[in-house]
Amino acid sequence: MSAFTKEQKDYQKLVKQKRPKPPMLKNIIAAFAVGGTICAIGQVILNFFVSRGMTPEQAGAPTSIIMIFLGALLTGLGVYDKIGKFAGAGSVVPITGFANSIVSPAMEFKREGYVFGVAAKMFVIAGPVLVYGINSATIIGLIYYLIKL
Amino acid sequence: MDVINAFIVGGLICVIGQILMDATKLTPAHVLVFFVTSGAVLSGIGLYQPLVDIGKAGATIPLTGFGHNLVTGVIQDVDEYGLLGVFTGGLRAAAGGITAAIVFGYLMAVIFNPKPK
Repeated sequence: MSAFTKEQKDYQKLVKQKRPKPPMLKNIIAAFAVGGTICAIGQVILNFFVSRGMTPEQAGAPTSIIMIFLGALLTGLGVYDKIGKFAGAGSVVPITGFANSIVSPAMEFKREGYVFGVAAKMFVIAGPVLVYGINSATIIGLIYYLIKL
Repeated sequence: MDVINAFIVGGLICVIGQILMDATKLTPAHVLVFFVTSGAVLSGIGLYQPLVDIGKAGATIPLTGFGHNLVTGVIQDVDEYGLLGVFTGGLRAAAGGITAAIVFGYLMAVIFNPKPK
C-alpha cells in the first residue's frame, strides 16, 4: 500500500468520494420488510404444522422444505429475482434465497449440459454454504464431545 | 403474535446482511457463508436458541438457522452416540432441507429457462 504516490492516494480518495453510495436507509428498510415478510410466511406454515399435532421442533423440517420449494419455484418463474432487485439481503438471507442461489446458476448454465451445467452449477453458492456450515458444525460437535469427556 | 415476532426477528437478521453487503464489498455468497457459520458458532455457545425461542421462524428461516440446525443435530447425536454423532448429527438434522434444495432446485432448473433480463 505504501508504494502509492501522493497523487495516486489523492485520486483514490476522489474515486471514493465520487462513487455512488448505495442508498443505505432505503436498502435497510426494504431488506427488513421483505426478509420479515418471508419469515412471517414461514411462521404461518410452521403454525399450520403445529396445529396438525407436530411439536415446533418437528414442524421445522417440513416448513423449511416448503419454503425451499417456494423459493425454487419463484426463481424458475423469474419472480424471485424481481423481488431480489428491490429487497437485497431481505431475499438473500432467508432459506428461500438459498434455493434461489441453487436454481439461478443451474438454469443459466443449462446449455453446458446436465452434468457440468445444471448439476455442477447448482452448487456454485450452495456448495460453499454446505462446506462451511458442515465443517463449523463438526468442529463445534468435536469441542462439545471433548468437553463432555 | 408469533407471526409478528417472526417478522421482526427475521427482518432484523436480514438488515444485518444488508448492512454487510452495503458497508463492505461482500457478495451474497460471502454473506450466506458468513451467516451459516455465525449461526453455527452462536448455536454452539448457546446464544442462538434464545433467539429461536423469541423469533421462532424468524430465527430458523434465515440461513443462520441452518447453521443452528446443523449444530443442534450434532449435539443431540453426540449425546446419543458419542464421537460418531459428530459426523452424523448435522446432516441428519438438516436432511430434509438439503434434500429439498437438491431435488426442487434440480427440478426447477430443468423445467424453467432464464428470463431475458
